[in-house]
Amino acid sequence: MNRLKQTYSILLLTTLFFFAPFNTLYAQPQQEVTVEAEAQEDDLDLGAIIFGHLGDSYEWHITDIGETRLAIPLPVIVYSSQSGWHCFLSSRFEEAEEEHGEGAEVEGLMIAHGGDHNGKIVEMVDGELRRPALDISITRNVLSLFINVALLIAIILGVARWYRGKKPEDAAPKGFVGLMEMFIMSVENDIIRACVGKDYKRYSPYLLTAFFFIFFSNLMGLVPIFPGGANLTGNIAITMVLALMTFLIVNFGANKHYWKDILWPDVPTWLKCPVPLMPVIELFGIFTKPFALMVRLFANILAGHSIILSLVCIIFVTAKFGAAVCGGMTVVSVLLSLFMNMLELLVAYIQAYVFTMLSSVFIGMSREGGHE
Amino acid sequence: MSLLIPETGLVFWMLVAFLILLFIVGKFGFPTIVTMVDKRKNFIDESLQAAKEANERLAGIKEEGERLLQQARDEHASILKDAEASRQRIVSEAREEARAEGARMIEDAKQQIQTEKEAMMSDLRRQVADLSVAIAEKILREKINTDSAQMSLIDRMIDEVESSKS
Repeated sequence: MNRLKQTYSILLLTTLFFFAPFNTLYAQPQQEVTVEAEAQEDDLDLGAIIFGHLGDSYEWHITDIGETRLAIPLPVIVYSSQSGWHCFLSSRFEEAEEEHGEGAEVEGLMIAHGGDHNGKIVEMVDGELRRPALDISITRNVLSLFINVALLIAIILGVARWYRGKKPEDAAPKGFVGLMEMFIMSVENDIIRACVGKDYKRYSPYLLTAFFFIFFSNLMGLVPIFPGGANLTGNIAITMVLALMTFLIVNFGANKHYWKDILWPDVPTWLKCPVPLMPVIELFGIFTKPFALMVRLFANILAGHSIILSLVCIIFVTAKFGAAVCGGMTVVSVLLSLFMNMLELLVAYIQAYVFTMLSSVFIGMSREGGHE
Repeated sequence: MSLLIPETGLVFWMLVAFLILLFIVGKFGFPTIVTMVDKRKNFIDESLQAAKEANERLAGIKEEGERLLQQARDEHASILKDAEASRQRIVSEAREEARAEGARMIEDAKQQIQTEKEAMMSDLRRQVADLSVAIAEKILREKINTDSAQMSLIDRMIDEVESSKS
C-alpha cells in the first residue's frame, strides 16, 4: 500500500506541475493542504484505479451504473496442491464478499487484499496466504487475449478468403483487403525480407503473426470500452512469450557460424583462452537480446497506458478543488489525453515494427554465412 | 512489483492462444496472401517483359516491312528499266529487220524486173525478126509491081503487121 501511495504522490506531483498556475489562481487558502493529506482524506484511490487498469483481474469490470456494478464474471480455474482442481465463476467471490466481508472464502480460496499477492487468488496454508500451485483462470487479460486472437484470425482469414479462386492475372483487391494486402506486403518486404535475408520465407509466417498480434493488441488496448481496454501487450507475461518465441527461433535456426562467433569469436586469443571472457559475454548476449525485446514492448505499452490513465484521472483529482479548476483541468486533461492517444497510435505501430524488425535482424544474424 | 512478474496462468494461455494463432494464420492466412501477391508480381513482371519483347518484335516487323517495300520498289524500278531497254532493243531490231527485208524485196523486184526486161527484150527481138522476115517476104512478093504500088503495098503490109500484132 505504501508503494502505491508513493507512486500516487509522484503521479500527482507530476500532474500538479502542469496546473500549478491554475491552482494558485483559483484555489481557496483553506484548500491549500498537502497532497499527502488530501490523498488520505479522499476516497479516490488513484493508485488502485490506475494499477487496477494496468494489471489483471478475475472479472471484467466494465462500469458502475449508479449502484449497479456492471462486470463480466469470468471462470476461475485453479489447481491447489491441498484441495485439487477448482472451477467456478468469479462472481461467487463477489457474492461471498458481500455476505462475509473482504477475504471471504469460496472453496477454500479467497482474493487477497493487500500484501504480496494483492488482487490474486490465494489459499490459506499453514496459517499463511499462498498462491495455489496452478492458476490458469480466464482472467480479463486472458479473455481479451482470446478476443484479440479470434478477431485477428477472422480478419486475416477473411482477407485470405478473397484470394481463393483468384488467378494472378486478376485485378488487385480494393478496399479493406487492398489495405491489408499493402500492409502485409510492406511488413513482408520492408522488414522481414530486408532483415532476414535469404530464405526469409521460412520465418515470415511467425514474424507476420507476431507483428499483427502486437499491432492489433496495441490498438485494442487503446479502445477504452469492453472488447478492448485490457493492457495486454503491456503485460510482461505476453511479451515474455513473444520474446521466448523469437529466442527459440533464433537459436534453433542458427547455423554453425553463429555458434562459432559465440563460443570462439574472432578476437585476440588471450581474450578467450585462459579465461573465456568473450564467450561468456557472447553467451550472455544470447539472453539479453530477447530480454530487451520483452522489456521494450512491455515498458512502452505500460507507460503509454499509465500516462493516459493518469491524464484522465486529473479530472477526478481536481474535482475537489472547485468547479473552475476542475472545468479548466478537464479541458486540459481531454486535450492531453487526445494527444497521448494519438501518440499511442503511433507507438502501437512503432513497437510492433521494432519487435518484428529486431526479431528479423536477430534471425538474419544467426543465419549469416560468416565472413568468407 | 506485481507488474514485473509474469503470471503463470497468462503465460500458459498466451502460449496456447499464440500457437493456435500462429498455426491458423501462419498456415492459411499470410502464406495465401503473400504467395498470391508474389504470383501477381511475377505475372506483372512477365507481362512487362512480354510487352517489351512484343514491342521489339513489332519494331522489327515494321523495319522488315519497310525493307521489303524498298526492295519491291527497287525491283519495280529495275524491271521497268529492263522493259524499257528490251523495248528499245526489240523496236530497233524490228526496224533493222524491216529495213533488211525491204532492201531484200527491192533487190528481188529489181532482179525480177531485170529478168522480165531481158525476157521482153528477147521476145521483142524475136518479133522484130519475125516482122522483118514477114515484111521482107511481102516486099519480095510485090517487087514486080510499081514503085508506088510497091510503097503502098509496103505501108499496107506494115499496117497489117501492126494490126495483126496488136
